Amino acid sequence: MAKSQLPDAQLVDKYVAGDENALAILIDRHQSKIYGYIYSKVSDRDVTEDIFQETFFKVIHTLKSKKFYSEEGKFLSWVLRIASNLIIDKFRNDKKMPLKRDTEEFSIFSNIKDTSLDIEKTLIKSQVDIDLKKIIEKLPHDQKEVIMMRYYSDMSFKEIADFTGVSVNTTLGRMRYAITNLRKVIEKNKIYLPS
Amino acid sequence: MAKLYSKRKLAQKKMLPKKETIRLILQYSCALNIVKIGNVNFDFIAN
Repeated sequence: MAKSQLPDAQLVDKYVAGDENALAILIDRHQSKIYGYIYSKVSDRDVTEDIFQETFFKVIHTLKSKKFYSEEGKFLSWVLRIASNLIIDKFRNDKKMPLKRDTEEFSIFSNIKDTSLDIEKTLIKSQVDIDLKKIIEKLPHDQKEVIMMRYYSDMSFKEIADFTGVSVNTTLGRMRYAITNLRKVIEKNKIYLPS
Repeated sequence: MAKLYSKRKLAQKKMLPKKETIRLILQYSCALNIVKIGNVNFDFIAN
């Protein structure tokens, strides 16, 4: 019997025994079904090529390790199950880290923005910070203290209350008065503070 | 009518992987050598 007409199980045996040509026949025999199966799940040629390749890498590795597949005589279903597991892995990974491809309608660069401030905005921000600090300096001491601890030291109201020896409610009240007073000063002096 | 329905094949051609992919798989197969020492398998890839 010509080698190309041998059943899968015998070709697998030959391959395990060292006949590399047997694998070529097995691939040639089943490539269309396996490739079509993968494509039907992933709908992407490049991904299909990758998974097809990865599937056979696993097949080769398993057969060469002499582990043998459990369903003897059902080579195709075994390979399809390997492919199926790889497809599931692929979907899992994509869910964790979605892949966006560049197309004519969608450019990846349209979604990427440089969020760092340009020189003009940096200058404005530093000027605003200076103006704001000058206004805060004019607040009563207890209100200034709360603002400084909250915004410049990033302390929680509970921590501020503990530190200043007053209740959390008093701290919140001081913060409220501080903000109200800041607004008044800003409006009175017509200070422009861009956000 | 028969012509209308049979003129174009609606079903696509068989889907096949690229020849390079098949070649790579076969090359990998030729290059891979697994040796079992004790309970551990060692993979060797020949250049």
